[in-house]
Amino acid sequence: MIKVENLTKRYAGVTAIDNISFEVGKGEIVGFLGPNGAGKSTTMRILSSFMPATAGRASIAGFDVFENSLEARAHLGYMPENVPLYTEMRVTEYLIYRAKLKGVTGRRLKERIGDVKELCSLRDVENRIIGTLSKGYRQRVGLAEALVHEPDLLILDEPTIGLDPNQIRQVRELIKNLGKHHTILLSTHILPEVEMTCSRVIIINKGRIEASDTPQNLLDQLRTAGGVRLEAKTGSDNGVAELQKIAGVKDVTVEREGDWETFLLKTESKGDVREEVWRLAVDRKWAVRELSRRKATLEDVFVEITHADV
Amino acid sequence: MTKFFTLLGREVKSFFYSPIAYVVMFFFLLITGFNFYIGVSLLNRGPSEVTVIEAFFNTVLFWIAYLLIFPLITMRTFSEEFKMGTIETLMTAPIRDWQVVISKWLGCLVFYVILWVPSLLYFAVFQWTTKSEAAHAMGAYAGSYLLLLLMGMFYIAIGCFASVLTRNQIIAAVISFCAITILLFAGLLSFIVLNMTPGLRDFVAYFSAVEHMGEFSKGVIDSRPIIYYTTMTVLMLVLTHQVFQARKWKL
Ligand SMILES: Nc1ncnc2c1ncn2[C@@H]1O[C@H](COP(=O)(O)OP(=O)(O)OP(=O)(O)O)[C@@H](O)[C@H]1O
Ligand SMILES: [Mg+2]
Repeated sequence: MIKVENLTKRYAGVTAIDNISFEVGKGEIVGFLGPNGAGKSTTMRILSSFMPATAGRASIAGFDVFENSLEARAHLGYMPENVPLYTEMRVTEYLIYRAKLKGVTGRRLKERIGDVKELCSLRDVENRIIGTLSKGYRQRVGLAEALVHEPDLLILDEPTIGLDPNQIRQVRELIKNLGKHHTILLSTHILPEVEMTCSRVIIINKGRIEASDTPQNLLDQLRTAGGVRLEAKTGSDNGVAELQKIAGVKDVTVEREGDWETFLLKTESKGDVREEVWRLAVDRKWAVRELSRRKATLEDVFVEITHADV
Repeated sequence: MTKFFTLLGREVKSFFYSPIAYVVMFFFLLITGFNFYIGVSLLNRGPSEVTVIEAFFNTVLFWIAYLLIFPLITMRTFSEEFKMGTIETLMTAPIRDWQVVISKWLGCLVFYVILWVPSLLYFAVFQWTTKSEAAHAMGAYAGSYLLLLLMGMFYIAIGCFASVLTRNQIIAAVISFCAITILLFAGLLSFIVLNMTPGLRDFVAYFSAVEHMGEFSKGVIDSRPIIYYTTMTVLMLVLTHQVFQARKWKL
């Protein structure tokens, strides 16, 4: 659906994206991650034909975003960062305006307006002036607008920023459902969201792609992500030294709280040393009140990849 | 074409969303009304060679009011979209650049025409109450209003061009105000510089709006100003389109 080849974009002096290539297949939901200023919005703006690239090519549904920009745009629903809207228009009026611009007419227009209002829960505010809406509702108007012509591809730049937890959950569900029929590329800083919704993750840092894989594979490749947490009373034993003897444990840290000590064991991402820890505790007659495994999250992946030097 | 009319519809409606439209309309009516009153009182003083329509369109007050409306009408066309970021949603819809440029220009022109409609009423009332003719012939109406339309086309195109240059509405307004003022005053050069050669005088007259109005409001419709305003309008629109494309690539 999206094909990006050796794309580079330089602003006066700043290289925002540097020779990136990736593809997004039909039906995929791809999360586009990266720290602030990584070049996510820049890439999306190029894909939406809003800006040209300095070098390289990009196409949507087989249409070059520069040479056949009109066809490419017709296949695309794009929600820019910060969701710019005409604040003086009313919600329904705006949606109708945008739908017509995107070539939706006649009976289909009415149907689609009704559908997207339903889908994005805009019924309550359909006659309000957009400028008087809260941020979350504006966000939904932007999303409804992106969906109104049933595009094959959706590009959403931080769709859940500024939403309350309930709305985030709703939008997440919405995106998941949309993913059944649409291809979606979304950028976000909310990582649990990506883990829940995306079939693939692209991590970009300083204008370069650092990783592109399923969330699961990325987790598996982590160097130090798995961990075990043990809360125990070790008495006179040196807990840290004992625990470090267990094979597979890379690092142990400890925090004291009265008699109780909390040990955090870092292991390889797939390693699970709970059994060994339990045996040790039984051997040494430690009192245990918690023994649990901490699963690696995408956050660990993100931090490891984008802060490789730390 | 549906897309174009959708764009145009929004442009025209957008005037009525903002208070600027009503303020402009109010003051424009006020000034033209006062101007009309002056014109009528002038004629009341005694026999005069000019008709009321000539008196109306050839005063200083008329030209001042006229100069001010263009920056006010056109300043927000592009600047506001740049500033608000709505240009990004606009230009990522499957529409062509020229559709946007023409719809913005035409939207302003429609509002400008709406602005002039009430003034027709003055002359109707004049004719009805005084039972004397506001003009010698229908040609004077046709001439005056045709020239208004032609000048409107050109000056609005200048305003759109100024607006596409910047994201700041005030700067856009200042640019178009200065440009239009210079154009108008350049036309007045022949009144200021008295020792001009006849050739130069003709050349200046060729683009002098004041002189055009003098002729057209008598009902003398000359084809040269028509050609002048039309080509200049097209030129400004082409320039606007050019800058708009360049701007889109830089943003
Ligand atoms: N119009 C511009 N002119 C100059 N530099 C720009 C412009 N827009 C973006 N940049 C620069 O390009 C780089 C990438 O910006 P971009 O907006 O793509 O980041 P991002 O990944 O979307 O970040 P964020 O998570 O903060 O939204 C940044 O260094 C930014 O300063
Ligand atoms: Mg961004």
